[in-house]
Amino acid sequence: MLKVKVTKQRDGFTLDAQFDAPTPGVVALFGRSGCGKTTAINIISGLLPADSAYVELDGHVLTDTAAGIAVPPEQRRIGYVFQDGRLFPHMSVLRNLQYGLKRTRAPGVSITFDQIVALLGLEQLLQRQPYQLSGGERQRASLGRALLSQPALLLLDEPLAALDAARREEVLPYLERLRDNLSIPMVYVSHQFDEVLQLATHVVLMDAGHVVAHGPLSQVSLVPALRAIVGPDSVGAVVDGVVTAVDASCGMAELRVGSGSLNVSVSSVSIGERVRVQLLARDIILATDEPRGLSVRNQLRGTITTIVDDEDDSRLITVDVGGATVLSRVTRSAVEALGLRNGSNVWVLVKAVSTRGHAFRLGSG
Amino acid sequence: MHLTPAELDALRLSLSVAARSVLFSLPFAVLIAWVLTRGRFAGRWLLDALVHLPLVLPPVAVGYVLLLVFGNTGPVGGWLNRNLGIQLAFSTAGAALATAIMAFPLMVRSIRLALENVDPGLEAAARTLGARSMDRFLTITLPLMWPGVIAGAVTAFAAGLGEFGAVITFASNIPGITRTIPLALYTAIQSPGGDDQALRLAVMSFVLGLIGLLLAEMLARRARHRTGR
Repeated sequence: MLKVKVTKQRDGFTLDAQFDAPTPGVVALFGRSGCGKTTAINIISGLLPADSAYVELDGHVLTDTAAGIAVPPEQRRIGYVFQDGRLFPHMSVLRNLQYGLKRTRAPGVSITFDQIVALLGLEQLLQRQPYQLSGGERQRASLGRALLSQPALLLLDEPLAALDAARREEVLPYLERLRDNLSIPMVYVSHQFDEVLQLATHVVLMDAGHVVAHGPLSQVSLVPALRAIVGPDSVGAVVDGVVTAVDASCGMAELRVGSGSLNVSVSSVSIGERVRVQLLARDIILATDEPRGLSVRNQLRGTITTIVDDEDDSRLITVDVGGATVLSRVTRSAVEALGLRNGSNVWVLVKAVSTRGHAFRLGSG
Repeated sequence: MHLTPAELDALRLSLSVAARSVLFSLPFAVLIAWVLTRGRFAGRWLLDALVHLPLVLPPVAVGYVLLLVFGNTGPVGGWLNRNLGIQLAFSTAGAALATAIMAFPLMVRSIRLALENVDPGLEAAARTLGARSMDRFLTITLPLMWPGVIAGAVTAFAAGLGEFGAVITFASNIPGITRTIPLALYTAIQSPGGDDQALRLAVMSFVLGLIGLLLAEMLARRARHRTGR
């Protein structure tokens, strides 16, 4: 368990954040630029002093201003992947990787040099100098360097923010592999929701220095405050499901979601693996009767739990589909015409193709 | 151009005094540059001004202050003489001390400039990787500022070859002990019929200075290349 409680005032900005997160796992600190995410992890790392702070990792107190405890950063065993990589420019990639490994304070080496080189595809880069690397290669080397110091926690400060779209796509799979292959807890700072969607197991939603919500992504995705941060078109419930059937020929998989099942467009998954899918609210259709003769692949039965104002002419409806929750954006007139209210039984229709690009493999287990 | 024994003496002395002054002052210059760049304390501006004072003071004044402090009857010089048997005034070591103080601001400026270009973020990164402060300084900060250290040392060396006022005041003009090239040059100018001798020594100074500056540039360039910038 990672426990964090920090306050810091600086230049008229106040950070006052508190959250707990399970370990191992990937905790995403998500929010707009300037909301205090980086300040928060700098305090966790010990690099930045706080006005008051309590940081505890798996039972070890690292910072407790009230008790006068402040373990120096070099003794915390907290790896840090910076936005700009910060590879040492006067050392080859090999020597950068060895830097942390040589200085580790871990009792033993559980993450080996060969393992990291293989996992991050660094074989060809070892003899190069940092200035000879592309942005994506630099971040992979930086990840490797932090991991080889055998950290008990890895902090990642928007490691993909400085990269263009193509480079981001190149590095993201490596981050997934780290999450799935190493059991190191990670705190991942991002203002890109798709990264959170793809990587996070737990989300801390931040706004203007405060924690607005935290919990599993499936819960946080339903929080109304998210809309202002990701934009109305990206509002949508996130559901996690286990793959029960795969149709590789058309890249479809059937997930068990709550008490129903969902066909989603996702490639290279196998039965038993967990898949996460974001069902965008604007793509979800509600029906009061069981529809027939439609091309829609997914029909789930559910009950309306809340109806809230969305935009001027639409409302956002939360539907419980038996153990899972989805959001649907429906025009105000449709809500009236269908007589939708709390407790109404509805059919939730989800076009399988609408999940293309919104479904991600979470690994097994 | 064959050098006479007196000229060789002057050349040898100039090189020795400049080299000693650099070796002696380099660690202090790195420390002062570090304190001035990274330190956050009240009297920083005063230290900064003190370090740069030799640039604006008459060298003779610096030599005179050295004589007062490090002379055989001065507070520091007297103590050194009584307890360690070291005499600085009127000695080669004294010439090196005077030269070091005069060239100190040049060295500090160059090192400081290099240090300001070292990203503190890299030191923070080293910290998260488990490096303690001295370890960080030796493995990250010092190698990255090395081009500036080298350039500063070579520039100070080249400048030290020509130091006159402070040396002649504090260490006097003793053949074979403190008569470096500029002092020999001055002596030649003062002597009747010493024009040829003066010209030869002036040419020597010119050549040495040029070599020094070119060497500083070359070393700095090579060091920059090594770090890929």
